[in-house]
Amino acid sequence: MFLFIVRRIIQTIPVLLGVSLVVFLIMQMVPGDPATLLAGEGATKQTIEMIRHQLGLDRPVIIQYFDYVVHVLQGDFGESLRNNRPVLDEIMIRLPITIELALASIFITVVLGMLAGIISATKQYSAADITIMIVALLGISLPSFWFGLMLIYFFSVNLHIFPVAGWGTFKHMVLPALTLGAGGAAIVARMTRSSMLEVVRQDYMRTARAKGLKEHVIIYKHGLKNALIPVITVVGLQFGALLGGTVLTESVFAINGLGRLIVDAIRTRDLPMVQGGVLIASVIFVFMNLAVDILYRYFNKRVDLN
Amino acid sequence: MALQLVDKKILLNVDHLKQYFPIKGGLLGRTVNHVKAVDDISFQIYEGETLSIVGESGCGKSTTGRAILRLDEPTSGNIHFGEKDLLSLGKKEMRKIRKDLQVIFQDPFASLNPRQTIGQILNEALAIQNVVPKEERKARIEELLGHVGLRPEAMDRYPHEFSGGQRQRVGIARALAVDPKLIICDEAVSALDVSIQAQVLNLLKSLQKKFSLTFLFISHDLGVVRHISDRVMVMYLGKIVEIADKKSIFDNPQHPYTRALLSAIPVPNPVHKRERIILTGDVPSPIDPPSGCRFHTRCPFAIDICKSRVPELKLSEQNHQVACHIID
Amino acid sequence: MKKQFDETILEVKNLQTYFYTDEGISKAVNGISFKLKKGETLGIVGESGSGKSITSLSLLGLIPSPPGKITGGSILFKGEDLLAKTEKQMRSIRGNEISMIFQEPMTSLNPVYSAGEQIAEAIRLHQKLGKKEAWEKAVEMLRLVGIPSPEKRAKQEPHELSGGMRQRVMIAMALACHPEVLIADEPTTALDVTIQAQILELIKSLQKDLGTAVILITHDLGVVYETCDRVAVMYAGRIVEYTSAKELYNNPKHPYTIGLLNSLPRLDMDQDELTTIPGTVPSPFNMPKGCSFAPRCAHAKPMCHESVPDLLTLDKNTEVSCWMYTSQWETDHTIIEKVGIE
Repeated sequence: MFLFIVRRIIQTIPVLLGVSLVVFLIMQMVPGDPATLLAGEGATKQTIEMIRHQLGLDRPVIIQYFDYVVHVLQGDFGESLRNNRPVLDEIMIRLPITIELALASIFITVVLGMLAGIISATKQYSAADITIMIVALLGISLPSFWFGLMLIYFFSVNLHIFPVAGWGTFKHMVLPALTLGAGGAAIVARMTRSSMLEVVRQDYMRTARAKGLKEHVIIYKHGLKNALIPVITVVGLQFGALLGGTVLTESVFAINGLGRLIVDAIRTRDLPMVQGGVLIASVIFVFMNLAVDILYRYFNKRVDLN
Repeated sequence: MALQLVDKKILLNVDHLKQYFPIKGGLLGRTVNHVKAVDDISFQIYEGETLSIVGESGCGKSTTGRAILRLDEPTSGNIHFGEKDLLSLGKKEMRKIRKDLQVIFQDPFASLNPRQTIGQILNEALAIQNVVPKEERKARIEELLGHVGLRPEAMDRYPHEFSGGQRQRVGIARALAVDPKLIICDEAVSALDVSIQAQVLNLLKSLQKKFSLTFLFISHDLGVVRHISDRVMVMYLGKIVEIADKKSIFDNPQHPYTRALLSAIPVPNPVHKRERIILTGDVPSPIDPPSGCRFHTRCPFAIDICKSRVPELKLSEQNHQVACHIID
Repeated sequence: MKKQFDETILEVKNLQTYFYTDEGISKAVNGISFKLKKGETLGIVGESGSGKSITSLSLLGLIPSPPGKITGGSILFKGEDLLAKTEKQMRSIRGNEISMIFQEPMTSLNPVYSAGEQIAEAIRLHQKLGKKEAWEKAVEMLRLVGIPSPEKRAKQEPHELSGGMRQRVMIAMALACHPEVLIADEPTTALDVTIQAQILELIKSLQKDLGTAVILITHDLGVVYETCDRVAVMYAGRIVEYTSAKELYNNPKHPYTIGLLNSLPRLDMDQDELTTIPGTVPSPFNMPKGCSFAPRCAHAKPMCHESVPDLLTLDKNTEVSCWMYTSQWETDHTIIEKVGIE
């Protein structure tokens, strides 16, 4: 197990390098010349060349890339083109907020999703099952920003239970977490349901019954631990959607998080910020996946992930 | 019906075949060890005979079959089919050889594509090898179905409409479709009920006579093996422990494992007496097989040399080879 | 060496288990009766579709319902009808007074819990022992079933054990509470022949030590001969022959039994062609009127297709469900050839 973890960590290195390369190439592929854009209209060729030299854009691409990587490893992500503040600092202010939001959403996704899935599976074809599955289908199909706006409309504007926007208190977290987590919860619910249905048919469940165990012990003790295995994979895959979803949710609820930062940076062509934000987000994603792999391996020691 | 082997042609010659499956581990996922599924075996199959490979799970019998078919590439060794060196053939040439080298699998429920009709399955076999021109294929399919005891109407039905025994017949028809010389039966009747098994075994025997087929019959069931074989080869943990013609093996088994195997089978016959040898313990792992004779850890007769030296297959009587230090 | 069994511990009368599906009603078990005496081994033998597994599941009330339902008959265990008991009462019997082991040791143990935990769970449940004592008893059971280093093995998960060992764990789990009846549903079918011999020996010796009665369900006639005292042969949901094991081989009566014995490839002699039983087992959705074996029977007369013969007692030990052995047989003057019984 330990060797497995070490091996997977080593395997993340080429992934991270690849990510950094792609992120770096954003700079190269953006239409228009950053130096020209920066210099503004009516700038002389000399000014543009000076700015280009200042930004180091006249060096060979490979050198630029290595330079970039070296700086990143030292924590220097460059400065924002908008306000010249260090990119890393700007990200770090907002990152904790996004992480809080993400964790709250995962809580919704996993707990709500799994409970719904278990109820569905154990009462297959009942009214509860059909209702849950229809709701889950809606959850996957409805756009999250629309869902978020609807939640705001009903619960904030009309019923005044939750604040309309912003971040800070527990109440602020509820609607955004629901918005972000609903899609995932729906997928987890369906996955849990089908996984439980499969587990319930397994021979070892029959053995448990033949031992004289009570039904709920059989389902929760014997069945659930096995049913969780594919669900963990699904939850892991949800991280990608989660990180992307923070962008929309933070915009709808006006939350000052990483997602919104990246979106604004893209809009204003603040390339170092975009690079830094995407790189940080990718690193988080890679390590989240690693955690899921390890968790999966813990639950299912017979699987060889090589 | 004893087969005179002296002047028969060798159809398949297996020489020092090894099949090792790598196990990855360690920090960088390197190959740390191997599953020695087949560990240096050599044998021949003569034209027109049925050679059975018998043994328990993990002995390497199925792996041997798959290696011959190159479904898994052998780690080392030589396989000659007729004149051709099988392992040196490229993909294109190998595909041509497959016309002569067919297989029937164990699971009648998994080996037929559920989305194809029986007719389509058989047609595909005929088309791949181009055995008959397109116009004649339908007639040939009807003929094949007749050979295996199925009605021509079966052509338009799907596998799930048939029972296990009938699907196995389709599997046989598919193997027959291309006029093969050698058919490898990998546990072909193991998944069938006893009474169906009897029907399919009778069918295989009659087809062999009709079409001069050669069978390599892989099975764990010694009763079935007795019924259908001319010669029998017993494997244990990747090695051959005994090869002999059928009568010899059943009347006079020599290797302690063969004797234990035969004695372990419950026989519903009050008259049939045999000494009971019950082996202790489980089969060792093929990853780290015991040194010397693989069987020495469970052998009631093991002596010192058994632990250190690998016994060779030696002729002990006519048409009877055994790999055992005690017999020497 | 004739064994004498006196006390009847389990008596099944006219058990009927049907399955109600979209394709119709499947009469999986269609009226069977048998007795099990204390310490005896009863074999239920039949091919796939005979209903033998459904019978064993019915005894413990493990039929998935829907779509299955026990629609008739009674199962008397120590005088009380199990079919009249509540689910709670059945739960205290399962694993405790009547235990069951299954065919696939690979999948019948929960892969995420250790062997010891799965055995200890049964002990804690029925014998109300504490965690530590239950664990110790579980280790003892592993020792009893012949697993070396039981303390170490108890902590291992099923995937770390071989097929033979897993089956031993199943046996340990089933016998942990010293049940009076053990139902073994094809316990050795998925195992290698040499391991099979070990497991059968084990069941036999444990049975002797613990006085457990065993119902052994199998399709392997050889296994039945070597391990059972009495045998019930099932075909298409009914018992067609019910007699002692020795008698079954020396003197089989029902044409199906005879056909089955003849189609076995013999280990002791050569046969050119195996005798087969023509045709196939009838679909449980569409049972023929009359004797279910009649369509495949070489001796069938019109009366066979009309009505089902009752289980007729031929002598103290043998019962057969076949018109051939009734007094009405001779009065039907349709000329048939009587095939000698081998």
